[in-house]
Amino acid sequence: MVRKEQLDRPEVMKSDVLALEVRGLTKRFDRPAVDALDLTIRTGEFYALLGPNGAGKTTTLRMVAGLLKPDNGSVAIWGIDALADPVAAKQIMAWVSDEPMIYDKLTPLEYLEFVAGLWGIDPAVSSPSALQLLVSLGLEPHLHERCEGFSKGMRQKVALAGALVHDPKLIILDEPLTGLDALSARHVKGLLQERVRAGCTVIMTTHILEVAERMADRIGVIAAGRLVAEGTLTELRQQNGSNDTSLEDMFIALVDAEAAAA
Amino acid sequence: MSSAAALTWFARHEIRLAWREWLAMIAGRRGKRKRAIIALTVFVAIMHLPAYAVIGRFADLQAPLGKPELIVITATIFLAWALMLSQAIESVTRVFYARADLDLIMSSPANLANVFSVRIAAIGLSVIGMALLLSTPFVDVLVIGGGIRWLSAFGVVIAIGLSAAAVAIAITVALFRLIGPSRTRLVAQIVAAIIGAGFVIALQVAAILSYGTLSRFTVLTSDAASAYAPALDSPLWWPARAAIGDGMVLSWLMAGGLLLLGVVMAVFSPKFADTVVSVAATARTVRRGPRATAFRGGTRQQALRTKEFLLLRRDPWLLSQSLMQLLYLVPPALMLWRSFSESSDAIVLITPVIVMAAGQLAGGLAWLTISGEDAADLVATAPLPPSRVIRAKVEVVLLSIGAIFAPLIAALAFASVTQAIVTALGVIVATVSAAAIQLWFRVQAKRSQFRRRQTSSRLATFAEAFCSIGWAATAALAVTIPIAALISGALTVGILAATWKISPRRD
Repeated sequence: MVRKEQLDRPEVMKSDVLALEVRGLTKRFDRPAVDALDLTIRTGEFYALLGPNGAGKTTTLRMVAGLLKPDNGSVAIWGIDALADPVAAKQIMAWVSDEPMIYDKLTPLEYLEFVAGLWGIDPAVSSPSALQLLVSLGLEPHLHERCEGFSKGMRQKVALAGALVHDPKLIILDEPLTGLDALSARHVKGLLQERVRAGCTVIMTTHILEVAERMADRIGVIAAGRLVAEGTLTELRQQNGSNDTSLEDMFIALVDAEAAAA
Repeated sequence: MSSAAALTWFARHEIRLAWREWLAMIAGRRGKRKRAIIALTVFVAIMHLPAYAVIGRFADLQAPLGKPELIVITATIFLAWALMLSQAIESVTRVFYARADLDLIMSSPANLANVFSVRIAAIGLSVIGMALLLSTPFVDVLVIGGGIRWLSAFGVVIAIGLSAAAVAIAITVALFRLIGPSRTRLVAQIVAAIIGAGFVIALQVAAILSYGTLSRFTVLTSDAASAYAPALDSPLWWPARAAIGDGMVLSWLMAGGLLLLGVVMAVFSPKFADTVVSVAATARTVRRGPRATAFRGGTRQQALRTKEFLLLRRDPWLLSQSLMQLLYLVPPALMLWRSFSESSDAIVLITPVIVMAAGQLAGGLAWLTISGEDAADLVATAPLPPSRVIRAKVEVVLLSIGAIFAPLIAALAFASVTQAIVTALGVIVATVSAAAIQLWFRVQAKRSQFRRRQTSSRLATFAEAFCSIGWAATAALAVTIPIAALISGALTVGILAATWKISPRRD
C-alpha cells in the first residue's frame, strides 16, 4: 500500500502503481447488481466503461467513489485501501455524476471556493485555478450569477469544474456528456484529455460509443454486473475476429451474447 | 373539443392536481396515505376538545349581539381571513414559480385567459378546502352547543376564502408589476408571513401597551374598543351576523366573495400569461454583482459552515419563517420592556415563548442543513469523515439560533438573571433536541422539498413539536415551580428517548 504523502512524489507517479484496482467487488440489491467484478486501471489511462442500462456501471463507480458500501470485495485507489481509509482515497479522486449536483443559490465561483475548501486546497492555488477552469469551460460571463437559472449543460460544466479544482489524480465520471451541446461536449472532452496528458487517470461511463472509441485508451464492457470484455479498440476487434467492426457492432454483439447466455 | 368542454376538462385536471398535491402534503408517499388520512381524521376529532375549550362558551350567543361579542367574533373571522390570505399568497407564488407544467400550457393552443381563470379558481378552492377542514372542529362545537344555525359559519368560511383568494392574486400580481419577478418570490413570502402573524401580534402589542397583558381578548372586550367600534348596523359586522345564522347577510357575503373572485379572474387572467413569461425571462438575472474572485482560506469544516450560512441567508423560506419567529417575539420583548418600569409577574411568560420559538426554528434549520443537501454526492465524496460533516452542520444550527436569541436573552438578564439563565438553557436544550431528532430521522433531500419535510416522517414532526412544547413548559416551570419542572423535564426526556428508540438511525 502507498501512503498518501508519497503520492505527490514524481517517482511514485511514474511507478507501476495502479490508479484503480478492484477485486471481487459485489453488490446485491434485489438481484446481483455487481457480481465479483475485477477491474484494474493504470495510471494516466483514459478508461471507458460501457454497458447497457442496468448493467452495473453506476453501481460499480459509486462503490469506487465511496458512495455505496460493497457487500464484498476490495477497492484500492493509487494503492490506498478505499474501504479501510476512505478519507485518504477521497483526497485524490473526484466524482461527477450524470445529474449535476450543485447549489442553486451559489455562484460558480462560490461553489468552487466551497469545493476547494472541502478538499483543503490552499486558496492561493485554488483561486486562480478555479477562475481558469471556469473560463476554459466558457462560463466567464456567468462567474457571479447564481446557478439557479443555469441550463443543464452549464450546471454540468460547473460540476465538472468543481471536480477538477482540487486537481484529483483519479476522475470518475458517470455519463458526463449527457445534456451537453456539441461545443460544451468538446470543451469537456478537451479538458479531460488535457488532464490525462498531465498524468491524471480518468474512468468514465458513457452511452455515446463514438466518445469511447475516440477518447479511451482502453474500453471495458460490463453486462449483468460482470466485465465481459476489455482492451484497446484493436484488442476488442481482434477478440471479435474482425478488424473493421465498429465499436457499436461489437458492443451490441457482446451484450446480446451475454443476454443469451443468461 | 368545444371551449366549454375544454374548460371543464382543465378544471377537472386542476382539481385532480390540487387534490394530489394536498394529499402528498398531508400524507407523503402513496403507501402511507390510508394511515395518514385515518390519523388526520383522528386529529380533527381530537381537535374538538381544544375547540370546545376556546369557543364553547360562545355557542349560546343569540342575535341581537352586543358590541363586545361582535368585536370578538369579527376579530376571529378577520384572523381566519388573514391566515387564508397568507396561504393564498403562497399558493399563487407557487403557481408562478414551481408548477412544472407552465411550459406545456403556454405552448398549447388553449385560450390562456380561460386556462388561468380555472387555475385562479383552483387556488380559491384549495384555500377554502383547507380552511373548512381546520374550522370543522370549531363549527361542530358551536353546532352541538348552540344548534344548526351555526352551520352558516361554514358559509362564512367559504365567503372569506373566496375574497382571500381574490385579494391574494391582486397583491401578488401587483408585486410582480411593482418590484419585478426576481424579488416577488421573497417579498410575497414575507408579506404572507406578516399578514399571517401580523393581526395577532398587533392585538397582543395593543394589549401589552394598554393593559400589561398578553391576552388579546382584553383589548377586544375593552370599553375603549366598544367606544371606537362602528354602529350595530354597520356592514363591518356582517360576517359575525352571518356566522350566527343570519341567512340573508350570509347570501350577500357569498355573493360578494364570488363577485370579487370573478372580477379578479376577469381582470388578472389575461395578465397571468405575461407574468409567467416574465418569471421565465428573468430566472437568470440574480447576480451577485462584481466581487473579488480570491478565495478565503480555512479548515474543511469552515468551508462547510460558510456554505451553510450562505445558503441559509439566501433561502427565501427561511427568511420569511425567521421573520415570523421574530415577529412572534415582539410581544414578549415589549412585555420585557414594560417590566423594566413596573414589576409584573407576566414576564414569566417570555421564557416559554422564547424556548418554543427556538425549538421550532431549530427544527427547520436542522432539516435544511442536515437533510436538505443539494450536493449530497459531493459532500459524501469529500475527504472528511461523515462525523465532521454532521458536526459542522449542527454547529451552524446552534450558531444561528444563538445569533437570533442571544440579544433577547441578554435583555432578559437585565430584568432577571435567573430567568435569563433558565431561558438560555431552555433554548440550548430545545435546539439540541430538534437537531438530534433531525439527525436520527435524516433523509437525503433537496432543499426545495422543505415544504414537504413533515411527510417524510410524521414521527419526527410530532416529536419535534412535543419536545419544543415540553422544553418550553419545563423552562416556564423552572422559573415558577421548580419541582414541577423536574417532572416536565423528565417527561420531555422520555419523549426524546422514545423517539431515539424508534428512529431509523441511532448514532
